[in-house]
Amino acid sequence: MAECHDTTATLPPPTSGRTRHVVAMVGPPNSGKSTLFNRLTGLHQKVANFPGVTVEHRMGRMRLDIGRDVFLIDLPGVYSLEPRTEDERVTHDVLKGQMKDLPRPDAVLLILDSTNLGRHLALAAPILSLGLPTMIVLNMADDLDRRGGKVDVVELANQLGTPVALISASHGTGLNKVIEFLSGATLGIKPKPPLLQLPVIQDVPKTRDWASNIGRRTQYRAPAPPIWTRRLDAIFLHPVMGPLVFLLVVIGVFQTIFTGARPLMDAVQDIIQTSGKWMGAALPDNALRSLVVDGIWSGVGSVVVFLPQILLLFLFIGILEDSGYLARAALIADRTMYRIGLQGKSFIPLLSAYACAVPAIMATRTIENKRDRIATILIAPFMTCSARLPVYTLVIAAFIPEKALLGPFFGTRAAALLGLYVLGFLAAVVTARLLKSTVLKSARAPFVLEMPPYRWPTLQSIGLRLLDRARVFLRRAGTVILGVAVVLWILSNLPLHDGKAPEIGHSIAGMIGHAVEPVIRPLGFNWKIGIGLITSLAAREVIVGTLGTIYGIEGTSQSVGLQAALRHDLTPGGAAALLVFFAFAMQCMSTIAVVRRETGGWRWPAIQFAYMTVFAYVFAFLTNQLISLFF
Amino acid sequence: MQTVCLIPDRAVDDTSSQMQVRVNKDKPQGSHTGNPITSLRRGESGILDRIDLPEPDARRLMEMGFLPGHTVVPARSAPGGDPRVYQVDGSEIALRRETARHLILR
Repeated sequence: MAECHDTTATLPPPTSGRTRHVVAMVGPPNSGKSTLFNRLTGLHQKVANFPGVTVEHRMGRMRLDIGRDVFLIDLPGVYSLEPRTEDERVTHDVLKGQMKDLPRPDAVLLILDSTNLGRHLALAAPILSLGLPTMIVLNMADDLDRRGGKVDVVELANQLGTPVALISASHGTGLNKVIEFLSGATLGIKPKPPLLQLPVIQDVPKTRDWASNIGRRTQYRAPAPPIWTRRLDAIFLHPVMGPLVFLLVVIGVFQTIFTGARPLMDAVQDIIQTSGKWMGAALPDNALRSLVVDGIWSGVGSVVVFLPQILLLFLFIGILEDSGYLARAALIADRTMYRIGLQGKSFIPLLSAYACAVPAIMATRTIENKRDRIATILIAPFMTCSARLPVYTLVIAAFIPEKALLGPFFGTRAAALLGLYVLGFLAAVVTARLLKSTVLKSARAPFVLEMPPYRWPTLQSIGLRLLDRARVFLRRAGTVILGVAVVLWILSNLPLHDGKAPEIGHSIAGMIGHAVEPVIRPLGFNWKIGIGLITSLAAREVIVGTLGTIYGIEGTSQSVGLQAALRHDLTPGGAAALLVFFAFAMQCMSTIAVVRRETGGWRWPAIQFAYMTVFAYVFAFLTNQLISLFF
Repeated sequence: MQTVCLIPDRAVDDTSSQMQVRVNKDKPQGSHTGNPITSLRRGESGILDRIDLPEPDARRLMEMGFLPGHTVVPARSAPGGDPRVYQVDGSEIALRRETARHLILR
């Protein structure tokens, strides 16, 4: 009954309230607002950013039985309407009709947690004083009932002068009243003023008193404390077992995104290569084929390969977040993160960055403190992502002879790889400290973290989120990455010599390589590496394929021929410098694109790119000079 | 204004408030008066008097339930005792010690 069953998946933009009705969904964090939104709109939703701010909101369409559509806007979770944080400002502006490109909502659904009504009802005061048709939706009715709480819904509606529904969004009960209201709201039912006069909005204690009074008048009985949450916390926040469970979760996440995703990624790679070959065979042998197969298909493919890893990571984060464990993990990690100037909520995003900085940066949305969030975004690309591995593997295999150090499992090569992981981590720590003591110095905003009761994650919420992440990622692969792939192909295939593509050394890319050689020679790199550095701007591992093309050898990191060619062209100092450069430089279009999206402009990605490039250059230079003294 | 002190006018507030009842019943025998909530042992309850923090921070904490007159009970914590979870106004909220020590008991 709640889901719409028509097949149109595209969502037209909301027009003025005259033809399509816009209903805003408001509520405090952890009120189950998004679960209800998912219930009501199903697949008919999309994520959008408000212009000029980093706050995102979801919009969805719901078809009513009366044959009309309602657009639902899922606004960020807020505790009050006073516009202080960005989330609150967005909610405030939308509800007051001051948001650009968005009409004032025709009605409001205020979603509150019925198990914590005293505190949550305080938000009803500023919402009701807006004078918009409003329905109070009391969520978690099942929880309230099970834990022995109760509330007189009829009396609450009477007291507040608005319709009230007692629902369970996760079980889908009580929704018919909400749908009924949405049909009514479109007919323009105005609320009556509440029986108990609304308090002065700006004052928290007064508002809270007003809420208590309403609660008392409606015989609200708060439920007993959640027993299971207490029992689980006795384990998860136990002084000894807590950190152990935490460690297991971290290792589990790391292992899955690193090893578990491997077969899936290989499968995607296979599909891309096979289809590329198939296309190559089907198309006539000309420049167009080269562009499509070597340029676009393999270029976009090299990024799409990471999709399984990203989805697995978000599956984990989704489960951790919806179950309530993420808050506990943030609590446990807070002390350690605090030492480097960050906070507990930065931990999971930074851990994710070991797989890929792109989902990690998207995962920083759980950090409410803006400065902490930016700092986390800025240091995330220093974490050794999986795209660096092909480069590391190639160079290490070419220059470091394998010798056992600690038994058969830990040799010189593993040590070198571990060293590079440590190097990236140290750079992140140094940068975080630098940022937090200068430009991003927080005005000591207190770390406040609500511990929600543990809940079963719903398949729908997690599924929709994965779908959305996949869509965002693939859209970027189809736009930014596609563009870069085409440009790179053109650069390495022009100008034509006798109607044929030139040797790479004589292509535009080759010329650029020669042009940058004076700049990179102090690092021990020649023009061939220079081309690799430029093409790897698309994605780090692209340099391996590029070097393969330049040397005319199969471009994989296991290629013995490529290793030999590199040994011939690079000094040990240059090789070490190359590793250091890749550890620190922001060689990744996708990351730049996602930082721009998440920070709402080019300023931060530009600063980040410049900083990381200079950082990489300086340390690669020092490495080359230092190692050249000994070899 | 650096400090937020919001009690005086609340005592003479409208009808007999639920909070006031709780105030009288649970009021500790002056043992914690003027001490921060960090002085409470786990499971021991205290009544919040004021928040000695700048206005925006105090407001945020009040919105989370740390209102003067409300009962605060320290619960579990991260290893090492910091940050610690506090049960307040039907919710469980974690605060760092550096913040909690500015929440003063009645």
